[in-house]
Amino acid sequence: MTRHLRVDGPTHDDRLDQMAQGVIGQPLNRLEGPLKVSGRATYAAEARPRDLAYGVLVQAAIPAGTVLDIGDAPGALAVIQDKRMIRYAAQGLDQKGPTSGPDRVEYMGQSIALVVAETFEAARHAAQTIAVRYKPEEVPVDPESVTPELPPKKQSAAGDVDKAMREAAFALDRVWRTPSQMAAAMEPHAAIAEWDGDHVTIRAALQMLSSNRKQMADALGIRESKLRLLSPYVGGGFGSKLGINAEAVAAAIAARELGRPVMVAMTRQQVFDLAHRRSETRQRIRLACDAGGRLTGIGHDVLVSTLPGSEFTEPVAQATPFTYQAAHRQVVHAVARIHRGCAGSVRAPGEAVGVTVFECAMDELADMAGIDPVDLRLKNIPDVEPTTGRPFSSHKLAEALREGAKRFGWSDRRPTGQRAEGEWFIGMGMAAAVRVNMLQESRARVTLVQDGHAIVETDMTDIGTGTYTILGQLAAEMLGLPPDRVEVRLGDTQFPPASGSGGSFGAASSGNSVFLACEEIRGQIAKAMGCNEADLTLQDGMARAGNIVRSLSELVNGTITGEGHLQPGKTEKSHRQATWGSHWAEVAVNRWTGEVRVRRMMGVFACGRVLNEKTARSQCLGGMSFGIGIALTEALEHDPRDGHAVSRDLAEYHIPTHADVPALEVHFLPERDAYVGPLQAKGLGELGICGAGAAVLNAIHNACGVRVRELPATPDKIIAGMDP
Amino acid sequence: MQITLHLNGTSHPLDVDPRTTLLDALRHHLGLTGTKKGCDHGQCGACTVLMDGRRINACLTLACMAEGHDITTIEGLGTPGNLSPLQQQFLDHDGFQCGYCTPGQICSATGMLEEIAAGWPSHVSDSLDGPYDLTHAEIAERMSGNLCRCAAYTNIVAAIRQAAQGTREDAA
Repeated sequence: MTRHLRVDGPTHDDRLDQMAQGVIGQPLNRLEGPLKVSGRATYAAEARPRDLAYGVLVQAAIPAGTVLDIGDAPGALAVIQDKRMIRYAAQGLDQKGPTSGPDRVEYMGQSIALVVAETFEAARHAAQTIAVRYKPEEVPVDPESVTPELPPKKQSAAGDVDKAMREAAFALDRVWRTPSQMAAAMEPHAAIAEWDGDHVTIRAALQMLSSNRKQMADALGIRESKLRLLSPYVGGGFGSKLGINAEAVAAAIAARELGRPVMVAMTRQQVFDLAHRRSETRQRIRLACDAGGRLTGIGHDVLVSTLPGSEFTEPVAQATPFTYQAAHRQVVHAVARIHRGCAGSVRAPGEAVGVTVFECAMDELADMAGIDPVDLRLKNIPDVEPTTGRPFSSHKLAEALREGAKRFGWSDRRPTGQRAEGEWFIGMGMAAAVRVNMLQESRARVTLVQDGHAIVETDMTDIGTGTYTILGQLAAEMLGLPPDRVEVRLGDTQFPPASGSGGSFGAASSGNSVFLACEEIRGQIAKAMGCNEADLTLQDGMARAGNIVRSLSELVNGTITGEGHLQPGKTEKSHRQATWGSHWAEVAVNRWTGEVRVRRMMGVFACGRVLNEKTARSQCLGGMSFGIGIALTEALEHDPRDGHAVSRDLAEYHIPTHADVPALEVHFLPERDAYVGPLQAKGLGELGICGAGAAVLNAIHNACGVRVRELPATPDKIIAGMDP
Repeated sequence: MQITLHLNGTSHPLDVDPRTTLLDALRHHLGLTGTKKGCDHGQCGACTVLMDGRRINACLTLACMAEGHDITTIEGLGTPGNLSPLQQQFLDHDGFQCGYCTPGQICSATGMLEEIAAGWPSHVSDSLDGPYDLTHAEIAERMSGNLCRCAAYTNIVAAIRQAAQGTREDAA
């Protein structure tokens, strides 16, 4: 039986806290950890079917135009240019395949064909040397060179920001720029496709199998029932594997044509060309406040870019309408249609760069008004969502700010440029963290077996987020089993369709579906016990109700199966849902070279119930490190002539390394959010990045007095800002 | 071409294209997919294996160059039921998330601790002749050839320090 819940109202009874097993929230090791640390977890390109052929994608060498013909590939089995092959990746949650037709080129590096050979070496050589004739076209590649679109639904205004600026005691009006950024997950996109009659199984690196299946079936022109996707282990996502990409579609087409399994793995450079980039942004921030530091006006004008026809655009100002109070406010969202690679979701689309820049602006305003940056934020926290008057589902920003200031030693911060150790200036900076919270429809099946173990099945993925572990913990808690008695099966479209991993909604959405499935099973056990489910205690394989105690093996005849089905409901609209936190950084800036070293960094976060303290903390560590990258090193540079990604590998696109990241500190604020389903848990995979870079940038200013508004803050820009 | 790889204590005769890297020989020809391909250009460290006990990038090594050497991969360090002390500490400290860079991190850390024991200095060492304290900075510097986009760095360093302390205590 399926237990269904639409989240239309609050959940005030803390069911999980009433359970007896005591494992939820505990910092358990990852269930799949032994496989990962011993190299036995098998990722997309790691199955070895018999007779496997190797494919390598051929990429366009022009920014736009038509492919006239493609030459032969000596030594290859086939050169495939099929009209179903896609030009760019699907966006997250798309229900259809993306634009197909590889004979048309929309950006430099687009996939235009696939070469397949007996060996990887032969396929790579053929793909690199194949002759292609084009009819090129002139297209714009610079976002500042075109007249941008202003999608009406994405503009908002209340009051008169210009007037607020004119009448303010302090008014800030500045422009920031952030470059294109990449997810750069460690596992390059890869797929192995194998047909059995008219049925295809594709093993791929994907974050959201249930929507990926729809996209892939549409792209291939087959029914969903003829398609199975497998992603048991995914080597990182960060948005880059939300939608199907060129390699998986090409592998499926080639495998059909050749009648044998085909593997296509992108090279690292191809990942930079073909995975979505986070759009570069131009952000003009206007802040007006009175003499006491209360904001009267907020303006956030944004310019982003993507390909013509692509719907997703970086929602830079997503958190601006509800983070701070101000009577006069305006958001402008402009979109330049240009022919750089397609833009899409990269970890925390919107807030990752939007909150980061906004929090830099708040620091500048605090400086201008002579107010402590923490106090400025505390003075401007709204009681209800300013633009709509909706209540917040929970609001922990003030607590996160106060707790962080205390723990980090904020009171020791000196005025700008007044602390040095040898040739290093030392400074401290902070920023608020905020990220919208979402739920997605999700289903799961749980089977309790007579011998006292349980199996959780859902097509949810674990992209490093800890899904295996938290779903196992949830089932163990609800069914009263030791965690090692729960087996979790993920990443297979033969299981019930889940939310997938994206938008920080995976844990809460799939977790609630497992919770519901377990409630269904508990109901059946209660019936066998002759009690109400609320009076049933399950612990260590035993069921108790009043003075009746029975083992599960007595109560379960064979197996009991429950399915859970969660849907977001009215609370999505009735309450502004968000996660909250604060970021703190201490940096050293070299007075001669402009080099920045992050010496200390701390985050305080509130995300509702924490399901596993160990994996949750790791999510935050990762987000904060992304923030260090945004602040200091990450930039996907585009060639101004043809828009192509220049810094398209890991030697040129600088993600933080071991030496860039100090021992990060993470603290959680205890919280139960009643409006986000019975788990009372919210998303955490993205909060850690939102504003983290601002804490670093603000610390740089505190250290040496330099404001870098064109990210990242590389040494050349810092040196340029220092007094000679 | 015909080559023989000495791998995790066993000899494997192979017939490979001369262009085959050690990494692709492991993954494509021997089915040992624990060694990961992250960039194929020596930039990320995911393919780190041990050659005669020293860490190398398998993607920058042709398979034929590995002949006559002892190669140890992640599969040779431990099994899910019998983890090496480093593997166990990575597990306990959550020194990984997606797990894709992890075999490279663990092989690299295994080689790195040997380098410290042998008295090799790093860029951040106070002296050129050791001994070296296993500080956060010392380990982070020496591990910086291994990228982790999940950024488990804080936990990886903690795991390595713990494992190394255990080893030092065992020796004492």
